Amino acid sequence: MTASLAALSPVGHRVAPTLSASVSASETASRELVGVRGVTKTFGAGVSSFNALEGVSVSIKRNEFFTLLGPSGCGKTTLLRLLAGFDQPTSGQILLDGDDIAGLPPNKRPVNTVFQSYALFPHLTVEQNVEFGLVQQGVQREARQRTVERMLQLVRLDHIAKRKPNQLSGGQQQRVALARALAPQPRILLLDEPLSALDFKLRRGMQVELERIQRETGISFVLVTHDQEEALSMSDRIAVMDAGRILQVGNSTEIYERPNCRFVADFIGEANLFPGSAVGWVSPYVAVRPERVVLAIHKQSMPISLPGTVKEISYLGATTAFTIELTDGSVVKSQRNDAPQGLDSGSTVWCSVHPEHIIELEG
Amino acid sequence: MIRKGFSLKSVPESAFVTLLAMIFLYLPLIVLVVYAFNQNRVSTIWTGFSTIWFERVFADDNLRRAAWNSLIVALVATPVSTLLAIPAAMGFERELRFRGKAAGEALVALPLVAPEIVTAIATLIFFRLIGLQAGLLNVIIAHIVFCIPFALLPIRAQLRVIPRDIEDAAFDLYGTRWGIFRKITLPLLMPAIAAGASLAFVVSLDDFLITFMVAPAGATTLPVYLYGMLRVGVTPEANAAATLLLVVSIAVVALSMALTSRRT
Repeated sequence: MTASLAALSPVGHRVAPTLSASVSASETASRELVGVRGVTKTFGAGVSSFNALEGVSVSIKRNEFFTLLGPSGCGKTTLLRLLAGFDQPTSGQILLDGDDIAGLPPNKRPVNTVFQSYALFPHLTVEQNVEFGLVQQGVQREARQRTVERMLQLVRLDHIAKRKPNQLSGGQQQRVALARALAPQPRILLLDEPLSALDFKLRRGMQVELERIQRETGISFVLVTHDQEEALSMSDRIAVMDAGRILQVGNSTEIYERPNCRFVADFIGEANLFPGSAVGWVSPYVAVRPERVVLAIHKQSMPISLPGTVKEISYLGATTAFTIELTDGSVVKSQRNDAPQGLDSGSTVWCSVHPEHIIELEG
Repeated sequence: MIRKGFSLKSVPESAFVTLLAMIFLYLPLIVLVVYAFNQNRVSTIWTGFSTIWFERVFADDNLRRAAWNSLIVALVATPVSTLLAIPAAMGFERELRFRGKAAGEALVALPLVAPEIVTAIATLIFFRLIGLQAGLLNVIIAHIVFCIPFALLPIRAQLRVIPRDIEDAAFDLYGTRWGIFRKITLPLLMPAIAAGASLAFVVSLDDFLITFMVAPAGATTLPVYLYGMLRVGVTPEANAAATLLLVVSIAVVALSMALTSRRT
């Protein structure tokens, strides 16, 4: 990876930090690339003002694929705009390599953005689009041409360098936007819902491409999305956001297997949520993933095994989804491929869960 | 019953009304052009094809001077008013807020809605008041002023259509304000600037009322001169001169339309 990064850099002075086997506390701190410290962003004034972000703190590491995930209006795009410099935080710090960059405009930050709309320059060719940032930085013509060539190879568009944006497909425009933002060698690449305009198949392909390009360039990617599958499949770490706050930060497995609150459990995948007391647990709430709910005709020898009636069955191919109403009236979802044969709407069935599959939630 | 959106196609009379409007608009123009080629001195009796009136127009020193004046005024007023309209449009469309923005917008657009005679008289009084007696320059200054809102219209409209993301992207890619304007905004505005300039040119070329008021002796433009000719009686020379004016106007508009469509 170090070699490919050196190949990408026009001057070759940047080398990815090598990861030693044991990472000391000071090294952990030095691996922080971006530090968001207690950032609040308020829009409007007086009674009509509202906080798009409320005391958000998060740390983004070098060479990391970091995702901000949340429903629309959760503040993820606001945070991205603060990182890009299009907006300034009302209070709090944004550190890049330890320096507060909160007051710097976008053209003074080594941070580039891939816009949701791509925002390509329609009057310039693909080549000229990619070259734009380098021209503005005052890079010499030859170095510029080399970088543009490499970038177009990186996104596999070197064969259409002379075309104008309106002669490209959506996926190709997306790649041009990516190459254009990567060409000036930013420290961080921001991606604002970059795949939302592509159709399903292209989206899957681009996800793989984005991961590859992140690995090859060694640049930290910060992706904003509301698509949990996209987040889970691509990211090193995910920050789940809601109502202007970051609720949980962790890798895909942590976020999915050990959500820390009802919102995260419910937003990432599907979850059966119960008050802890209902299943004899001490935590205020518990969650059980539908694929962890075992169905059987008879009571199982598990600590939690409750009878219920099948309400709905939908066959999904690899699995079958069941909706079951328990005797106390609560509804449980199960989605597995090992349910007993012959279950029908109205059948009585026992829902059982291994204790280790019960997720404790704090709130 | 399902309510459908209103369509003019469902009103058969609309075609007839359209035809009538077209006839009223264009028949006089056609007649004017046709009779410019009439042999007869009396402009309403057709006796045969001739280009003699065009020859007379070109030989008439006063008419030629008036035509030159018109061209000079339009050729100066067009670029100057367009150059002033570009920063005005940027100010109105790209600066978030500034003191007096709403008032400024209203004031700039006022000449479009205010009766022209009011502007004409006001300009005349103003020029008298400050004692401006600069001959053709009087006319040029007046034209620059009333051409600005016309040049401004298409440029502002285009700025509203250019997505802000595009300029944001340039800002993100280390562009300076001036760099973004020159490399991104201005090229994208070119069709609108061409449209605005041609609008200003045509408006300047055929302005009568304001020019009539402010033009001192010797600074007469073609429309004002033609009006003078008509007072003596409609002569075929007037037809010929008006035809030339028409041809120039159409040529300018056609040129700008061609430029615009090629750009986009």
